[in-house]
Amino acid sequence: MRILVLFAHPAQRKSSINVAMAANAKSLEGVTFVDLYSEYPRFSIDVDREQRRLMEHDLIVFQFPVFWYSTPALLKQWQDLVLEYGFAYGPNGKMLAGKHALACVTTGGSRSDYAEDGGNRRVVEQFLYPLEQTATLCGMEYLPPFVLFSANHLDDDSAQQHIHSYPRLLTALRDDRFDLTGVRLLPSFGSSDLIELMRD
Amino acid sequence: MEGLAFYALYYLAAAVLAVIVSQRIGLGSVVGYIAAGVLIGPVFQISVAGSGYLEQFSEFGIVMMLFLIGLEIDPDMVWRLRDKLIGLGGLQVVATIAAVAAAGVGLGLSWQQSLLFGFVAALSSTAIVLQTLEEKGLLRSDGGQASFAVLLFQDLAVIPMLACIPLIAGSGHASSSGHGGAALLADLPGWASAILTLAAVGVVVAAAHFLSRPVFRTIALLGLREVFTAAALLVVVGITVLMSAVGLSPALGAFLGGVVLANSEFKHELQNDIEPFKGLLLGLFFMTIGAKIDPETLLANWITVVAATLGLIAVKALVLFPLAWFFRVRGPAGWLFAFGLAQAGEFGFVLLTIAGDRGLLSPSIVSVSVLVITFSMVLTPLLFALSNRIVVMLERRGRHHRDADQPEKGTIILAGVGRFGQIVNRMLLANGHKPVVLDYRADVVDNVRKFGVKSFFGDAGRPDLLESAGLAHAALLIVAIDDKDRATEIVAYARRSNPGIQIIVRAYDRLHHYKLVDAGADHIIREVFDGSVQAAGIALESLGMHPYEVEKRKTVFIDQDTAGLARMATLVDGDVPAANNPEFIAGFNDIGKVIENAMMGYRSGYDEMVARGWNAPDAASIHVPRSAGPDRPS
Ligand SMILES: Cc1cc2nc3c(=O)[nH]c(=O)nc-3n(C[C@H](O)[C@H](O)[C@H](O)COP(=O)(O)O)c2cc1C
Repeated sequence: MRILVLFAHPAQRKSSINVAMAANAKSLEGVTFVDLYSEYPRFSIDVDREQRRLMEHDLIVFQFPVFWYSTPALLKQWQDLVLEYGFAYGPNGKMLAGKHALACVTTGGSRSDYAEDGGNRRVVEQFLYPLEQTATLCGMEYLPPFVLFSANHLDDDSAQQHIHSYPRLLTALRDDRFDLTGVRLLPSFGSSDLIELMRD
Repeated sequence: MEGLAFYALYYLAAAVLAVIVSQRIGLGSVVGYIAAGVLIGPVFQISVAGSGYLEQFSEFGIVMMLFLIGLEIDPDMVWRLRDKLIGLGGLQVVATIAAVAAAGVGLGLSWQQSLLFGFVAALSSTAIVLQTLEEKGLLRSDGGQASFAVLLFQDLAVIPMLACIPLIAGSGHASSSGHGGAALLADLPGWASAILTLAAVGVVVAAAHFLSRPVFRTIALLGLREVFTAAALLVVVGITVLMSAVGLSPALGAFLGGVVLANSEFKHELQNDIEPFKGLLLGLFFMTIGAKIDPETLLANWITVVAATLGLIAVKALVLFPLAWFFRVRGPAGWLFAFGLAQAGEFGFVLLTIAGDRGLLSPSIVSVSVLVITFSMVLTPLLFALSNRIVVMLERRGRHHRDADQPEKGTIILAGVGRFGQIVNRMLLANGHKPVVLDYRADVVDNVRKFGVKSFFGDAGRPDLLESAGLAHAALLIVAIDDKDRATEIVAYARRSNPGIQIIVRAYDRLHHYKLVDAGADHIIREVFDGSVQAAGIALESLGMHPYEVEKRKTVFIDQDTAGLARMATLVDGDVPAANNPEFIAGFNDIGKVIENAMMGYRSGYDEMVARGWNAPDAASIHVPRSAGPDRPS
């Protein structure tokens, strides 16, 4: 699959995880990496160019930290502007149909916070539901999200594990070595699930 | 020493006093200097035509002025003005000579004398006209440019005129006159002197081109300011000596030298060094003109003097006006041109002196003629005022006929459509607003007319023009001219005349910003601020900073700077000029403490403001009681 990574992080100086993940993804061959805040620091998104990019790829990866149970502002702006009626949805808007969408997110909350009886009272997929429905409306297949919990309070090993599994996930997807059938059965997945989902 | 100090005291005191008074009553500095000359005439005893030393000294003022003008010239401009320079200038000189000479013969003068008076009348006063145009900010206007072109041509025409005098005077032997006395060439055959003359011009051009750079660089490396000044003066004096030696006009030589040096990197140093000397010497020059007004000759011949002066101005204006029209210098520009150049000039004195020496004119005719030239020069500011009056009157009359052209209520006035105003204009037009545009360059004005923009040609600083553009009913005034003092005046005037109007104005720098606050502007845009911040941002990006981080840092920088500016503005006291306000001076450089500290290396404050936001919580998990309060992220 041809992969497009749309990365959104407004405070990269303060990022401990996402920037490291992005650095690994950037250098992958056959993966188009876009730092949205770098390309559109003033939020003036080039809609034509973004639509062209979408059409040139089969899998759209949204990589972002969860901020207030949602995407960073620019990624929302991106959705509002790029997913136009007549392009992404509507009777004649079938340009994205058949593509895949994958959210790769990090959260401050722990796995136990994201539970029916946890501090956030919902599982993380539920907070990503707007993104899921957006992709669905556009005729894309929304894959279960790739999540890192407790992103601010990780020991070094778990952090490194996640950072390194991210490019492995992307290359597996690129080379069709990823078990899409298997992942569809999970609500969400993390770096510890990767071993089982990768085929060689 | 005592004598010198005494003269200097007299000169400076008279100059300062008379110029202040004359400026105050709105007559400009030229009249002031001339009046000062009248005051000190008896002391210096230079009331005789062709008085020597002081006058020659003061003529350096003209030489320096032309040198400075030359420095400012770009070849493009001369090329653009070429048809005015040669066509308008040439025709003006020829037609004036013909008209005056015919009148002279008609009045019973000999043809030689008539021709000489034609020469004298054909020349206008470069010194007075340029000084006045510059003072009024009209040098770059259409009328100003045409005047400049014609003055330049006249200065060139002096050369053949000087060469003609010996021919028409017959071989009455010349006594040394001090001016144009081509001492070096006196005994040479014609062809040899022509070659020598050309060679002299070549020397000036070549020296300015090849020698000046290494010499100036060496001096600049020495780091001795005054030596550089001396060198700059040396250039001017050297050119003068060389040109006088071969009988050319030193002013013209200096002009050439200036043109050649115009694109040297030392241009601005040269300008700064020579400017004050030029000012003072030009003042001295005007004073010597004033001093030439000899009360006795005047009393004895006052009818002749008055009649001849008015006749001279009338003939010149009558020649200039149709010619200007023919060369498409029309309307306000035409009036400015015709009246502005209607006086005789300083080279007239030179011609008269030589003619007197050659026996072509009797001493009494010479002194009467000197008075006529002088008076025509003194009247120049009045002529400028007259042209302004006529323009205003014609506009008023015109408006009665064209009621449809009355700007409607709620208009936008845009003063100045140069580099700044043009962009404002385009943006307004693109968004469906048609401003009324004021500018003093006709091509610009024509350009915007194409888009159906109502435009008024003229100096935006003129209250009557602002009024006719509809100031009284306008909702918005945008002052986009590059002359800061004028911009301040416009703002102050507009605020007084229409208290409810919104005023947006282009500011030159911080100090100008405060002045504009004082004057009553609502929104002040520092002309290079945004562009500079932009450039700095790109620099940071090029150094590897993330573009969005750059954006945040720019925002905080701008906010801090603007806040500092606003804080200072509250210290501005309407009654006390900023320069006298100690609080204001103390905080003048308040560019925001935060930025100032950051500049000195203490960046934590700046960093903090930039980085505020997107802070992840410290606690590993944020527990929310299930029952109470809104959910919070963890
Ligand atoms: C403004 C802001 C809002 C946040 N909102 C949430 C939230 O709603 N839920 C959550 O689990 N974490 C939240 N966090 C924590 C971030 O998700 C966490 O810091 C981030 O994923 C760490 O990734 P990074 O090191 O790449 O920045 C928030 C953080 C910030 C700065």
